[in-house]
Amino acid sequence: MDTRALNNEKVIVVDKLTKRFGDFVATDAISFDVYKGEIFGFLGANGAGKTTAMKMLCGLLTPSSGTAVVAGFDIHKQAQELKWNIGYMGQKFSLYDDLTIIENIRYYAGIYNLSNQQISDKSEGLITRLGLQKEAKKLVGQLPTGWKQKVAFSVALLHEPRIVFLDEPTGGVDPITRRQFWDMIYESAEKGTTIFITTHYMDEAEYCDRVSIMVDGKIEALDKPAELRRLYEAESMDEVFYQLARRAKRSE
Amino acid sequence: MEISVSVNQLLKSYTKGEKTAVNHVSFEVKKGELFGLIGPDGAGKTSIFRMLTTLILPDGGNASVNGLDIVKDYGKIRMSIGYMPGKFSLYPDLTVEENLGFFATLFNTRVNENYHLIKDIYEQLAPFKNRRAGKLSGGMKQKLALCCALIHNPPVIFLDEPTTGVDPVSRREFWEMLKRLKDQGITIVVSTPYMDEATLCDRIALIQEGQILSINTPKNMVSHYPDQLFAIKADNMYHLLKIMKTYKNVLNIYAFGEYAHASFREDMDTNELYRYLEEKGFRDILIIPAKPTIEDCFIKLLNN
Amino acid sequence: MRQFITFVKKEFAHILRDKKTLLILFGMPISQILIFGFALTNEVKNVKIAIVDRARDEQSRRLISKIDASKYFEVKKILGNAVQVDNELKKGTIKMAVIFPANFSSDLAHYNTSQVQIVLDGSDPNTANTIKNYITAIVTDHQRQQQSNVPALYQIIPEVRMLYNPQLLDAPNFVPGVMALVLMLVCVMMTAVSIVKEKEMGNMEILLVSPIKPGMVILTKTFPYLVLSLVNLTIILLLSIFVLKLPVNGSLVLLFAESILFIITCLTLGIFISVKTSSQEVAMLISLMGMLIPTILFSGFMFPIENMPYPLQMISNIIPSKWYYIIVKSIMIKGLGFSAIWKETLVLATITSVLLAVSLKSFKIRLE
Repeated sequence: MDTRALNNEKVIVVDKLTKRFGDFVATDAISFDVYKGEIFGFLGANGAGKTTAMKMLCGLLTPSSGTAVVAGFDIHKQAQELKWNIGYMGQKFSLYDDLTIIENIRYYAGIYNLSNQQISDKSEGLITRLGLQKEAKKLVGQLPTGWKQKVAFSVALLHEPRIVFLDEPTGGVDPITRRQFWDMIYESAEKGTTIFITTHYMDEAEYCDRVSIMVDGKIEALDKPAELRRLYEAESMDEVFYQLARRAKRSE
Repeated sequence: MEISVSVNQLLKSYTKGEKTAVNHVSFEVKKGELFGLIGPDGAGKTSIFRMLTTLILPDGGNASVNGLDIVKDYGKIRMSIGYMPGKFSLYPDLTVEENLGFFATLFNTRVNENYHLIKDIYEQLAPFKNRRAGKLSGGMKQKLALCCALIHNPPVIFLDEPTTGVDPVSRREFWEMLKRLKDQGITIVVSTPYMDEATLCDRIALIQEGQILSINTPKNMVSHYPDQLFAIKADNMYHLLKIMKTYKNVLNIYAFGEYAHASFREDMDTNELYRYLEEKGFRDILIIPAKPTIEDCFIKLLNN
Repeated sequence: MRQFITFVKKEFAHILRDKKTLLILFGMPISQILIFGFALTNEVKNVKIAIVDRARDEQSRRLISKIDASKYFEVKKILGNAVQVDNELKKGTIKMAVIFPANFSSDLAHYNTSQVQIVLDGSDPNTANTIKNYITAIVTDHQRQQQSNVPALYQIIPEVRMLYNPQLLDAPNFVPGVMALVLMLVCVMMTAVSIVKEKEMGNMEILLVSPIKPGMVILTKTFPYLVLSLVNLTIILLLSIFVLKLPVNGSLVLLFAESILFIITCLTLGIFISVKTSSQEVAMLISLMGMLIPTILFSGFMFPIENMPYPLQMISNIIPSKWYYIIVKSIMIKGLGFSAIWKETLVLATITSVLLAVSLKSFKIRLE
């Protein structure tokens, strides 16, 4: 199988992680591990509790109970240290539309305390790699969605985090750019960065090393896509997802 | 067959003509048809919808809805169409019931007058009818918005990306509802960035950067796919994609679910490719002829 | 009509379900009236003063006791010399010192004139000025009493009488001001924000695509604020009558009628702002900067317009709240009827019709 999956170093260890909002249990005692350099697909219907779980893993929300260790840091006690070692990219709002590409890069590099030398090296490298030399001084708002997302992903990797969290990064992106985006994901996973990704495109679930599917706050399935397909006697991940998510009782 | 929506050389540009959002777009939608505009964000779908719903004026070309001109007869068009904008457009601080009632009044009708149209959909929402719309899940919100767009029994409805950001299960349910509406004779123009939804339309237009790349029925579109398409699988997909780029006669290679799709101009010797990949050190190799999908067609068109 | 009712119902639901807006809406007039009424008054009471009495005779003592007896002053210290006065003023223990020279009475007796030195803390000019006026009045009064014993041949006694506000209270000035301010805030800002919100949320798209007429949208978006403004107005008037003991001298009907005219002016302004902006923040900022500040500056309720340079006086003429302020003062305090304020009413009505025409014309039937 994949060379990346052979790595046994755990970078995310989640144990009975729970988040309650009043009576409502958004995330219900979920447990799983993610390995170094793995592409981990985190799927679930709207309202299944994905976002809440992801926020806890990024140190943005305090869990009601349970523990998680992300990049070697306890999310309860070391949320601040944790943040230096992870990258995050949201669906749409990761970059400032009214700043140029280069200004966005400098801004994020500045947040992570990179030296001036590092900043100029990195931004140059990033722009060359993406072939954006001509656009570097254009406002991000003028870029097509696909390009924005590519830049946003590269920016999330600037400080060389051990784990990158991607929240629906490819929504509304054209099929070719979407695949270029996945090329970038593979490339960084190859270098040992762990990718934690949510998506509504079920073909993208196939690109993940392992996939978890959340239903009503619990992880109902977690395995390699091929295994899941075999287990649920499904032809595609779409079908697997449908079989599981259809059972959902709650809707947010 | 009667024509419901007719678009002729429609043109729209923003920021003083610098950016062309819609570039000479023409298409026709027949009465009772489920017509899909398929394309990524920024392709110009929303601009087309806004011109057809008389919200913005075209810079060139013309179009008609139900035989009414989108510029001159905007008042009459507004009375006879249903529209669901891309942004969630209900009042989040009103309840499900209040929203529906409000939109019914807006169109000078009452909820029970056309209840048969929305019955199927509204029954799913009924348990939450006293909940504020802002507290509904993504799928539920879309269902309510659809009810509100249908409440005055319009002959044509325009749905701008109704399934964006909605999970696959809710998406499937939503398309089933559209099918039932189509069976009741309502013309539906819908846009979506999800290629897999294209097959659920009667006819589709693939659109990118303001231009229509192709218009056809989904069936015809895939049967006209010009190249030989293969699905290939091996133990290391990432390397497979890299290696295949340099293989002879390959037009294109890209990930496609659990497989990689490779297109070739002419017949390809499967055994030869198998041996080649083995030599390169791949294991668990699988090469099978693949049926093209809309997404394959789109990629093909984008590459031209 | 059914459309109108449904729309207005929906609008009220928006307002009533937004607790923060509600708080602003009703908390503001109440707190403003109370703040202006009790805390921010220009009236000065019980000012602490010091006396340096070098004369130490009957004349000086008589004047001192008169000063001390007034409710405006409280003699805190009797000091020995002028140097101490300086220290006390610096420490802030007193605001004023009255210094009687040693020959106070003898000068008065021999030359029929004498001097009293008044030293004031001028760091707060407004208060200092008020204190100065009070003490001058007391001294003049004292002088007159003295003179009445010895009738002088030539004597002009100015008899000042403050009409309409005999006690020189501030409430009559600020109640009309607060009314203008609150109506401005509720009508301009709330209306602008509520319309822009529909734009921002994407609801405006649906409204435009529906057969509803733009005029109906405007009418139904503004009507609830008209009602709320009248409620607010009533609260202000009740507070001013029962808490601040300031009665309405003129006709209440006329007052409400003129207020409705002003409310319409404000609503029109709100619509105009909403047409020209596309985000709630911008609408809010323009309402605050463009409407509230001119109201405070140019209506005459905080800063007298007569003291302004001519160009600013001209600008004040196009500020609707200035005219409303004059009208309300005329009705509430002077108790005048319509015949006295028809000119101001006409100006206000003209401004309103121009604004209304402009905003109706610029209200778009499309998105761009």
